[in-house]
Amino acid sequence: MPTDVENWKSEVYGSEIRDRLFEFAEQGFDSIPDDERDAWFERFKWWGLYHQRNGQEGYFMMRIGTPNGVLEPGQLRVVGEIADEYARGPGTNPIFGDAYADFTTRQSIQLHWIELSDVPAIFEKLEENGLSTQQACGDSWRNIVGNPVAGKDGQEVIDAWPVISDLNERFKGNDDHSNLPRKWKVSVTGSADGSGQGDINDLAFEPAYREVDGEDVVGFNVRVGGGLSRNEPRLARDIDVWVSPERVPDVAGGLSALFRDYGDREDRYNARIKFLVDEWGPEKVRETLQEEYVDFELESAGRDVREEYTYNTGAGERNDLVGVHDQKDGANFVGLNVLVGRMGAADVLDLADLAAEYGSGEVRISQRQNVIVTDVPDDALDEFLAEPLLEHYSPEPSPFMRGSVACTGTEFCSLSIVETKNRQVRFARWLKANVDLPEGVDEFHIHLSGCTASCAQPQIADVSLRGMKTRKDGDPVEALDVGLGGGLGDEPQFARWVTQRVPVDEVPGAIANLVESFAAERDEGESFRAFVARHDDDELDAFVEPEETDYEDPMMHNTKRTWYPYAEEDAMEDAPGVPGSPAGD
Amino acid sequence: MTTRLRVLDDGAWISVNDARKVRVSELWRLDAPDLCECELTDLVVENFQSVGVDGSTVEVRVYGQCIACGAAGTTGWIPVGRVRGGEFAELDRSAVRRVRR
Repeated sequence: MPTDVENWKSEVYGSEIRDRLFEFAEQGFDSIPDDERDAWFERFKWWGLYHQRNGQEGYFMMRIGTPNGVLEPGQLRVVGEIADEYARGPGTNPIFGDAYADFTTRQSIQLHWIELSDVPAIFEKLEENGLSTQQACGDSWRNIVGNPVAGKDGQEVIDAWPVISDLNERFKGNDDHSNLPRKWKVSVTGSADGSGQGDINDLAFEPAYREVDGEDVVGFNVRVGGGLSRNEPRLARDIDVWVSPERVPDVAGGLSALFRDYGDREDRYNARIKFLVDEWGPEKVRETLQEEYVDFELESAGRDVREEYTYNTGAGERNDLVGVHDQKDGANFVGLNVLVGRMGAADVLDLADLAAEYGSGEVRISQRQNVIVTDVPDDALDEFLAEPLLEHYSPEPSPFMRGSVACTGTEFCSLSIVETKNRQVRFARWLKANVDLPEGVDEFHIHLSGCTASCAQPQIADVSLRGMKTRKDGDPVEALDVGLGGGLGDEPQFARWVTQRVPVDEVPGAIANLVESFAAERDEGESFRAFVARHDDDELDAFVEPEETDYEDPMMHNTKRTWYPYAEEDAMEDAPGVPGSPAGD
Repeated sequence: MTTRLRVLDDGAWISVNDARKVRVSELWRLDAPDLCECELTDLVVENFQSVGVDGSTVEVRVYGQCIACGAAGTTGWIPVGRVRGGEFAELDRSAVRRVRR
């Protein structure tokens, strides 16, 4: 039997949601019929609007999909202005203030505390400036990811940006692909560093060479069915297909249609294509694609460049895109660390100005929640690097700042079990002040995800932290499971969960002890990931020695029972109510 | 009177008549010998799997983990509240819940 969500989608979905959304915005939140709220909130996701968790009724998270993380000149300023004007709610974040933007692990931007009545004005401003929230959430083509410096990267094998732009044009607002069984995440990468993280996407195009008519041609190998969510992480499976850049839309559209037609619409937990690939195997995926969805002969996989991958591998060069790097046109791109991906609105505006002053005005977002200012000429580099804003958003951060990734957490998210972003900031600051990595170790990735949805991609970090609960002195407290040794590269590996339910105030001590053991026991020049690989789970569990330190955690309690974890009066009964409604304000 | 019961947002909460009523991340005390060997399971609720009704009692199946012993899995049907006169009343969070079927 189809689920309620499928029934709602079959009634109204896709582009047609917009008219009703605008009617509700004009007439007020209370105009949404009481018995249709679940349905409309589900549909609004297709337009990038996600109702915030309970206690925050009437406020929305708005996600702006920026394909490949590319913000063209002027667009970051628009985002900053919208954040400053509209992303202000009744709660103040003690670290980030009243208005901020979040850069996400899928190269998008999230704003919070958006009121429904403001949506038409925000959409108008976004669209006037070439930005959109369309399909940023919901069951369809999501924001396409890749190497954010596509087209500029000195390490590029093929420029993937025209391919990504084309896919975005074809599959955003495309009625044939607007209602899929579940989300559809696509990665297209043209560089040899693996920075598109294709392995953890539903569909991945990775650079590969193939001989065509006696000549080596650069195109893409295709992998299908990766993803991290729900305790069921999968690496995308090789379906033995190479495709030329011109035919990427045919193969991508064919696979999207295959998912549309064969994906499970009766059980949302089983709906992602990774489960269909489990069931069918990659050979049947290929056969079905060939027989039913493309009208040309598929080529077998070409020679890939996975051996050269460095991104998120835990060793070697360029594990991220932070720092100063060469562009192929002789200019530079400068990756700036944005701790946990969150930047105050005033800083967003300052950064937009700096990008225009020193570069082309373009800014790009990486999958490690950082920003990249492109097109900085050599003669402007020193002056740019000396800008005060870069003291906070550094191109040369501490490894603990640089390696931190965190999801939204209980501040706004319904699914999360623990508070995340502010906690990860506090962890990073404490580790920077108290822990030294062994000589030669410059990268140490710690990802904190509030639940098994894995939005912070915890399974591909050196240290993976995942929201849990435990009891401490009999009282329930927020806790984290600890996983170790995850990373991507030629041979990707998910973290092994070695220690469970560490009270959050003992996590920094646990990481300090782990690093101390690593320093004492590592072989010469050994990476952390290699160190983890040669120990069994019990040995690793012993290295993770939870310990109270002078780190203090102000959010040990059940933050989900608050209307806002950092409010002075934080109880649910103190929630502000729906904005603009007689019961709210 | 019909009561609309749904699991929404990837199992994050139970909707009763289009209002969010029961959420993940709570700790429930369970009498659930099938899930773990603890005298009472100290279950952190991670995901709602399904929701149903038996008479006036609203029941759910949840994925979670016992924080005392670490056993994880999906429970049988557990009561979470009652519907009376169209209004939902959640069970006291400290109540010991018994798997009903």
